[in-house]
Amino acid sequence: MAAPRTLFANPVRELGRALVFLLTAISRMRLTRLQIAETLRQVYFTGVRSLVIIVTCGFFVGLVLTLQTYDTLTRFGAGDAVSTVLALSLFRELGPVLTTILFAGRAGTSITAEIGLMRATEQLDALDLMAIDPMERIVQPRLLAGIIAVPALVLVFNVTAIFGGVVFAVFLMGVDPNTFWGNMQASVELGRDFMGGMIKAVAFGFLASWLAVYYGWTARPTSEGVALATTQTVIATAISVLLVDFILSAIML
Amino acid sequence: MNNNDSQSAAIRLEQVSFAWGDKPVLRDLDLSIPAGRVTAVMGPSGCGKTTVLRLITGQQIADRGRVLVGKIDVGQLKPRELNHLRRNIGVLLQNGALFTDLTCFDNVALPLREHTPLPEPIIRRLVLLKLQTVGLRGAADMYPRELSGGMNRRVAMARAMALDPDIMLYDEPFAGLDPISMGTSLRLIRDINRALGITSIVITHDVDEVVQFADYCCLISEGRVVAKGAPEDLAESEDETVRQFMQGLADGPVPFHFPARPLDQDLLDSGAR
Repeated sequence: MAAPRTLFANPVRELGRALVFLLTAISRMRLTRLQIAETLRQVYFTGVRSLVIIVTCGFFVGLVLTLQTYDTLTRFGAGDAVSTVLALSLFRELGPVLTTILFAGRAGTSITAEIGLMRATEQLDALDLMAIDPMERIVQPRLLAGIIAVPALVLVFNVTAIFGGVVFAVFLMGVDPNTFWGNMQASVELGRDFMGGMIKAVAFGFLASWLAVYYGWTARPTSEGVALATTQTVIATAISVLLVDFILSAIML
Repeated sequence: MNNNDSQSAAIRLEQVSFAWGDKPVLRDLDLSIPAGRVTAVMGPSGCGKTTVLRLITGQQIADRGRVLVGKIDVGQLKPRELNHLRRNIGVLLQNGALFTDLTCFDNVALPLREHTPLPEPIIRRLVLLKLQTVGLRGAADMYPRELSGGMNRRVAMARAMALDPDIMLYDEPFAGLDPISMGTSLRLIRDINRALGITSIVITHDVDEVVQFADYCCLISEGRVVAKGAPEDLAESEDETVRQFMQGLADGPVPFHFPARPLDQDLLDSGAR
């Protein structure tokens, strides 16, 4: 009967450790000039360098989403409503969720591997020995950077996805552009739909960077250890983002 | 002698015991490091040399006994006081542990930028002087990956010296170096020590080199100091453990074989399976 117990005990223990880690990182937060500079550098590394994948994926998601909805809606003679479906599903769900999962794959893994290797090559020890808190110099900037980068990336994702939608609906299927934009404007509420999505983006950004630094920090200092940690980052981020997304959506609706 | 020792000691370990989990590493170890000199701490792998270093820097706390740096008991320090102590101790880790995303210049500048309010032009001069000491001023704008292992360690040495510490600790500074780099490193350790009048501790197992840079030598085996004195005296010691280590004999008080059952029993058993 040990199996079911460990099945639940391990994730719970892991969550506890991750929470303790997070609280330690936050309790030592100190916003100095160096800290802000390092945070901005991390926003560049995690955010700007994820732009290519976000823009590409955003465009194709917009394209295929419009294709499928337009096809379905025209069967009911409601092809004009395609922009409503596109905008609402993007702003509310797909934008934040997909961006964060892509972010975890592109930036989260590199944060985990970087911190794991810093531990393996004694760089974290070296910081400690120089009386520089690695929590402050390594963990906190990456944590903050995720909270800034993911919402910004969600905006970019949404814009390119809508562009993809325009390309398919307006240019290829000949939907009237005034109807397309008009329907979108009429149906999207700034507060509930757009800002709701941005609140999710902030929460997911926090979640993704928290998990990335946590798994990097606790990675065993070997090649397998770092490999395992990067995998865990992606899996844990994907699962927890979808879980939190459901909870937030339920609260917001 | 003993009295004299303790008066001029920069670092003292008194009756220190330490275990990693269940595995005891140090057993009632007594060690005093004389001030202003280069002390080599030697011993076979796994004898607790690096643990000694980690106890001095407060990365590990002794299970029993005291670790004194000057008059400060490292085990009793609060985190802030420990950081204060660490600014005064330069540590060179085994592979240098330079930050790979920073240039050599920025690596050396890091402790200065963190801990001093000095303006950038002064930091620049200080960093260039430190790099000049280790002969790598020309590599200031290069990244650690562009330099050899020996050079990396010299940059790390410059970084460890950045805040002009009173104590320098070197963890296996010669491991894996070619003869030229090794010669350079050991001269640097000796010269820096003489020029700045600091206390240096070198953790090493390079027996032949010790004579060239160390003023004083401690040999640790199985968690205890088994011999201490000038390197020349150790080389001529009659003690079996000391002789085994200094002459590199495979078997002796430190056994060649990992503890196991008798060989014939093991072989018979495997035949039966």
